[in-house]
Amino acid sequence: MMTTGPTLDGSDLFATLPEVDAVTQHRLHDRLVAVATEAGILDVAYRTVDTPLGALLLAATAKGLVRVAYAIEDHDTVLEQLSNRVSPRVLRAPARLDMAAREIEEYFAGRRTRFDLSLDFRLSSGFRRNVLTYLPEIAYGRTASYAELAAAAGNPKAVRAVGTACATNPLPVVVPCHRVVRSDGSVGQYIGGTDAKKMLLTLEAAA
Amino acid sequence: MERHGPTVLRVCRAVVGPDAAEDAWSETFLSAMQAYSKLGVDSNVEAWLVTIAHRKAIDQIRAQGRRAVPTDDLPEKGISTGIPGGWERDLWSALKQLPLKQRQTVAYHYLAGLPYADIAEIVGGTPEAARRAAADGIATLRKTYLNPQLDPDTEGEAP
Repeated sequence: MMTTGPTLDGSDLFATLPEVDAVTQHRLHDRLVAVATEAGILDVAYRTVDTPLGALLLAATAKGLVRVAYAIEDHDTVLEQLSNRVSPRVLRAPARLDMAAREIEEYFAGRRTRFDLSLDFRLSSGFRRNVLTYLPEIAYGRTASYAELAAAAGNPKAVRAVGTACATNPLPVVVPCHRVVRSDGSVGQYIGGTDAKKMLLTLEAAA
Repeated sequence: MERHGPTVLRVCRAVVGPDAAEDAWSETFLSAMQAYSKLGVDSNVEAWLVTIAHRKAIDQIRAQGRRAVPTDDLPEKGISTGIPGGWERDLWSALKQLPLKQRQTVAYHYLAGLPYADIAEIVGGTPEAARRAAADGIATLRKTYLNPQLDPDTEGEAP
């Protein structure tokens, strides 16, 4: 560490300091989560869970699970949206999502056919939200067409709107928009990609 | 907000030392979560957090002054001492010899990357005075930290 004399620039003095002290950072973070929870100011808790379809981001409010996001949606972007649309008080707090993570792991292992979780639908509204509430009625391993779902939601002509509702489902996997397929039998679009949708339908067909 | 955690920790450690830094950090983020609605959409989150950390660090320094009983901090001491990849004790023992304002300006400029105009708003005075304080601090650190044999406090290990 040779120096060229006392210049104004002192960056080299701190060059050996680690940018992140992960051990301490984790401990402080856990402490903040505990204190913020106690104070009732942790509005959105999140964690990720590894699945055969990649890491899923799970986020919950006090009301329930509010967002499930595939990696292709970009988790940082999703967290930014949660911060803007729900509350900026967003912290990684895995313990709050243990149950959701466990149920999702069981689902991907073929050991769970329905989710038993409180859900917060605040990221969806109007007809789209109405459509989402019908999705859990499509049984595990079965499919329904966009047209059938439009009829069930009380508006048989709103086939395209049902497609949009599924495409903007804030809770994929848990709210099974992957069970909605085209009337001609092809799988159709999916928020996690068509391959992910096929994989889920195959998983459910096999169980 | 979370992504600024490491920077704020570095700043707190430079201003109040490795042990008190943890309380300063925790109070900074708790306070930031409580006050978040006051922050404008386009504000610089990191500068805002450093401003809060600045006040929390001063609280810590005052609290240290109040409980200057030598046995007080013993149980906490071991926590951050010598953790691999952690804060370097040598740097803190050099930093703590600096006047507070030099420590603050060095931390806010070199660890948080804030411009002197912002730093002047946080610590008071003019940007030029802030620049001078940081330069003086760096000049002293060059002597005490880079040449530790000149440091009168090498084995001091105060908290």
